[in-house]
Amino acid sequence: MKADVIVIGGGIVGCSTALHVARKGRSVILLERDQAGIRASGVNFGGVRQHGRALAELPLSFRARAIWADLASLIGTDGEFAVTGHLRLARQESDLRLLLLHMQGASLYGLKLEFLDRAALDHRFPWLGPHIIAGTYCPSDGQANPRLIAPAFATAARKAGATLVEGAEVVEATHDGGVFQVAVRDGRRFEAPLLVNAAGAWAATVAGWFGEMVNLVPEVPQVMVTEPAPYRFQPVLGVIGGDLYFRQIPRGNVIFGGGQGRANADHTRSAPLPEISARAAAEAARIVPEIRHLNIIRTWTGVDGDTADGSPIVGPSTTTPGLFHAFGFCGHGFQLGPGVGAVLAELLIDGRSDTDIHGLGIARFVGRR
Amino acid sequence: MNTRVAIVGGGPAGIRAAERLVEHGLSPILLDEAPRIGGRIYQQLPEVRGFRRDGKALYGFEAGKAEDLHAAFARIQPQLDYRPGTTVFDIASDRLITLGDGRREEIAYDRLILATGAMDRIMPLPGWTLPGVFALGGAQIALKHQGCAIGHSVVFLGSGPLLYLAAYQYAKAGVNVAAVLTTAPWLGLGANLLGMAAQAKTAAKGAYYVAKLLSWRIPVIGSVRPARIMGRDSVEGLEVLVDGRLRQFDCDAVALGYGLKSESQLAELAGAQFVFDRAQNQWLPEIDDHGRAVGRDGLYLAGDGAGIQGADAAELRGRIAAGALLQDLGIALKDAGDFGTLKRWHRFRVALEQAMPFPSHLAADLPDASILCRCENITAGEVRAAADQGLREINRVKAATRLGMGRCQGRICGIAGAEVLAAKLGVSVDSVGRLRAQPPVKPVPIEALAGDAP
Repeated sequence: MKADVIVIGGGIVGCSTALHVARKGRSVILLERDQAGIRASGVNFGGVRQHGRALAELPLSFRARAIWADLASLIGTDGEFAVTGHLRLARQESDLRLLLLHMQGASLYGLKLEFLDRAALDHRFPWLGPHIIAGTYCPSDGQANPRLIAPAFATAARKAGATLVEGAEVVEATHDGGVFQVAVRDGRRFEAPLLVNAAGAWAATVAGWFGEMVNLVPEVPQVMVTEPAPYRFQPVLGVIGGDLYFRQIPRGNVIFGGGQGRANADHTRSAPLPEISARAAAEAARIVPEIRHLNIIRTWTGVDGDTADGSPIVGPSTTTPGLFHAFGFCGHGFQLGPGVGAVLAELLIDGRSDTDIHGLGIARFVGRR
Repeated sequence: MNTRVAIVGGGPAGIRAAERLVEHGLSPILLDEAPRIGGRIYQQLPEVRGFRRDGKALYGFEAGKAEDLHAAFARIQPQLDYRPGTTVFDIASDRLITLGDGRREEIAYDRLILATGAMDRIMPLPGWTLPGVFALGGAQIALKHQGCAIGHSVVFLGSGPLLYLAAYQYAKAGVNVAAVLTTAPWLGLGANLLGMAAQAKTAAKGAYYVAKLLSWRIPVIGSVRPARIMGRDSVEGLEVLVDGRLRQFDCDAVALGYGLKSESQLAELAGAQFVFDRAQNQWLPEIDDHGRAVGRDGLYLAGDGAGIQGADAAELRGRIAAGALLQDLGIALKDAGDFGTLKRWHRFRVALEQAMPFPSHLAADLPDASILCRCENITAGEVRAAADQGLREINRVKAATRLGMGRCQGRICGIAGAEVLAAKLGVSVDSVGRLRAQPPVKPVPIEALAGDAP
């Protein structure tokens, strides 16, 4: 089977890429090992934040944010996206410096953040625990429901004309005479002049087939949810250090996470670890003491890949013309996903994009040629 | 050698497992969620001054067995590390995570026997979330454990042997039993006689309860098709179809249950594999004839938590699983397990399940507006809409609809949810999969979960 573009991986990145390519009138085949949107894309925390990102990610994050603003027109649902703000907290003096440094850097890119000292926090968010010393607040950030959005991207891609092949585990991809040959475990073969590697936690293997060796460490974020309680905590919370993230949804459940669960050898299954649940629960109850009596009803995990510098790999291959990478999202690709698809489609079809992703290339790990 | 053996569950299987381990010189840890041992069938009264009922009133025909089990426990208790009121809510490869008295604790183990029992199996009908509707087993426990009835005038609706037993107990206690209605044909008494003969005494007890109910002029009707439970703020009546004709029964409470399902979440977290059991129409942890979990060394399953076979079989299965554990430790057994009797129980159970099956056929007719998942208010129609979107697996339907995402984590709605999905897709219920267990298996307060974690 032939197409203009083949995408490996049916997460939010792969599906949004297939969607945008199809919308540009090109044929695209997406190959997904299981079902689209059920891995990290569908089980992540659900934060939609620009705040706190590495500066090199910000242009891409802004591009994504613009798409989030009008998501329903693209995928037929807003996926419970709500602009609730994101509050990033400092728990000690040394955090304060990092908070301010990011505020300064992000402002150069045009991201508007408000600095809130303890008095300002007390005024606006009186439920915060006593060990919080200050925070920065990003009013344009928010949250959404991953288990609705990731599959919705798949459905939208299909409706736009993309061919989604589920249950298709890619076992080999080669580039020969300007054409990529992609083989699936059951023997089916696919062919296209352009290939996108959006294989998530498994993408380093695909990159390796083309001589680009990247070390991807499994990232297994562990998230838990409480029974519903009166809606009270609007902004999404994060902390310097990243060991806790927290949000409440209007129907009342509090969702928070922090720390890593465990994954099996091929990263197809993951499970929470009890000691990690305990630590996250302890820190969540310190940051928002009012929740300490709420019951936890469920814990879950998903598997993503971590790069060495904590930012994703997005952009063209250094070895193979026509190959583009988009992986290594380090557990925070949910917000970026819609933007990555738009930018990759431009690079694939138009050969250029106005969104600056030059700091995210794979070259920073495999060495420049 | 100091092997740490933990047993979860203080019912007939757990107690008999502990007893056999003690007979061979071991001192297991026994964790039980209840404040006193006995499990469900041999549950004891709360220890409150002046609140007493004699064994005959509590356990009927089974009073002797209850007394034996309680006595066996009293004998071995000095050799046990006994932890009543302790819920195991998560399991790691080498330790149990427990909640007792609002405190989290970790209990290390080398080998683990799970005897986690069973709970009611529900098929919803319109109105089943009205106050006054109880699970059948819950209705029985209210009477047995607390000396309370669920209403003044009660209809029993469902299938399975517990339906007649609970109705009989209610009637005997002086409650007005308005009707006993079962979806099973021939009241479920037309069972495969060879299978029933495998445990003739137990089969006879079932017939005795039905005969008693009839002699008290209580309507006992088979082959009914449940229509709805009526009432504005609470139960006021129930409607069923009998021979195609609508019949109404006035009542202020309904006891509802279609047999039992194994409580197998802990087995899953501990690493058991699952297989679909056609006779019982449910997913069960896979075990060998001795109760060893297939594919997970050091894990043993006993009693109704590993497939429903009833309390008598649970006692045998507890001893057999303990025997397997002892043999795996290289300890010579002082006595053989009673595999012959167990095999007869198994045949009896298969016949019983055939005679009083889970009413899968009702799933297709459940109105779209009926609530399936009562924690999250998810209707049958929402599950069917997910099927229309192309979802064919119950965990995907959970992700799309929230079915099974509430406080009960699908323990109540999981089975009916899978039936509604399978009926909509026109496939067998095993092909839509089963809801995966996620910790904690019961809700745990954040404060307790945090414990003394840094």
